[in-house]
Amino acid sequence: MFDDFFIRALFAGIGIALITGPFGCFIIWRRFSFFAGTLAHSALLGVTMAVFFDINIAFAVFLISAALAIILLKLQKKTKLPNDALLGLLAHASLAVGFVILGFLTSIRFDVMGLLFGDILAVNEIDLMFIWIGGALILLVLKLIWKPLFASTVNYDLAEAEGMKPDKINAIFTILMAAIIAISIKIVGLLLITGMLIIPAAMARNISNNPQQMVVLSIVGGLLSVMIGLFSSLEFNTPSGPSIITAALILFCFSLIKFKKYSELKK
Amino acid sequence: MKNENKKTLLQVEKAGLSINSKILVEGVSFEVREGEIVTLIGPNGSGKSTTAKIALGIHKNIMGNVKKFTNKIGYVPQKISIDWTLPIRVIDFMFLTKDLNNEQISDALNLTGVEHLKQKSLSNLSGGEFQRVLIARAIAKKPELLVLDEPVQGVDFKGEVAIYELIKKISEDLSCGILLISHDLHMVMSATDHVICLNGHVCCSGKPHIVAQDEKYKELFGDRASKVLTLYEHKHDHTHSQDGTINRKQ
Repeated sequence: MFDDFFIRALFAGIGIALITGPFGCFIIWRRFSFFAGTLAHSALLGVTMAVFFDINIAFAVFLISAALAIILLKLQKKTKLPNDALLGLLAHASLAVGFVILGFLTSIRFDVMGLLFGDILAVNEIDLMFIWIGGALILLVLKLIWKPLFASTVNYDLAEAEGMKPDKINAIFTILMAAIIAISIKIVGLLLITGMLIIPAAMARNISNNPQQMVVLSIVGGLLSVMIGLFSSLEFNTPSGPSIITAALILFCFSLIKFKKYSELKK
Repeated sequence: MKNENKKTLLQVEKAGLSINSKILVEGVSFEVREGEIVTLIGPNGSGKSTTAKIALGIHKNIMGNVKKFTNKIGYVPQKISIDWTLPIRVIDFMFLTKDLNNEQISDALNLTGVEHLKQKSLSNLSGGEFQRVLIARAIAKKPELLVLDEPVQGVDFKGEVAIYELIKKISEDLSCGILLISHDLHMVMSATDHVICLNGHVCCSGKPHIVAQDEKYKELFGDRASKVLTLYEHKHDHTHSQDGTINRKQ
């Protein structure tokens, strides 16, 4: 019925949505969305490094993102600049340096658009493996650190006082974020991965009143966005990555509608 | 002495903290043993909360030494703000750091009189309700060491009395050690085993009943009970300048 590449794209998208769902919630709760965007921007540098040294793209992106997170921590301690200024500095500096290095690599033809917006239809079996095995590992670690991570998200002092080791947990969370960006960069691209992380979780926030519910709805929203986005990109011949994010946006708009309670309707 | 063979839960030795080379508090030493209530009193900015945070390990790079002999700790911080981006109910908040079953949660909330709020969103609670939830959360898992930083702020008078009775009861029933920061003179005098008066350092400390027998203290206790600073009649060998710096008298 569908071509192989479409089935692969669907599975890749579903895998990404399962990971970004819970992480998107934490990114919203911790006000980390700009941080996620900065890590994603640095991915371009990672990709050029991968091309330059001929190593695996996901691996190179992971290394660069993790390095950027460490640099950010150092800068926060050393400078008196506010956090958002530092994040903006790192995001656009790494993006610019990435493009400059790309300019030197004239011998290699490079699909920049694919990098910015992802190319989910070009996913191969190895990419799929990366997403599902890597994703399973990421979700496993998240499950293990869930309680201390949630506690330190709610209140750092409480978590530290009652033995939840928030500093260590925050470091693990940052590494996981870098890993997510690394495995999903090819699918949704570096401009759209932040959207995939934030928009379904934002939608879920509008319609949930407890953390577990928000995580579940965020995953459901991500899955729906992937499916609606992919099928409509096939139907209307639109770019797939942006279609997925647009679908997520439409779901978000629906979540803003305040449905009247059944009892009120009866009146 | 009755405390001799009781287990020491927390030992603070000459602890202090300076941030950007300004000393917030220094040279604080005390111990909390099981079944004992130790109270910190002092004016605003005297380092009470800082001392509690030093004892709990929240502040890093401290001076001196802190030894904890238990991992079962319950903490009620002075200030806590829950971000409205986080959808969280009372019940979710209750097992934030501990694994609890439904019964334990209900019991703890019952003790502080807020069982009916279990399913409510934290952001919809009033100040007093939230304070009761905070205390319930801290005692739910039966801690060995309880650190309470102004536990009754925002609670009405009736509730205040009930909560202080509860704290006393907890310390007796669970024989847990309690480090309390309080402005309530009655509580400090009637239930505390050891009082520490802080003002950037330990101004004085001792058993409350000895202090309570002091003639001048009785005088103060009558009509100026609300002024915590005058709780103690003690000789100062120093004064404090506006920023809290200690000036020793010659």
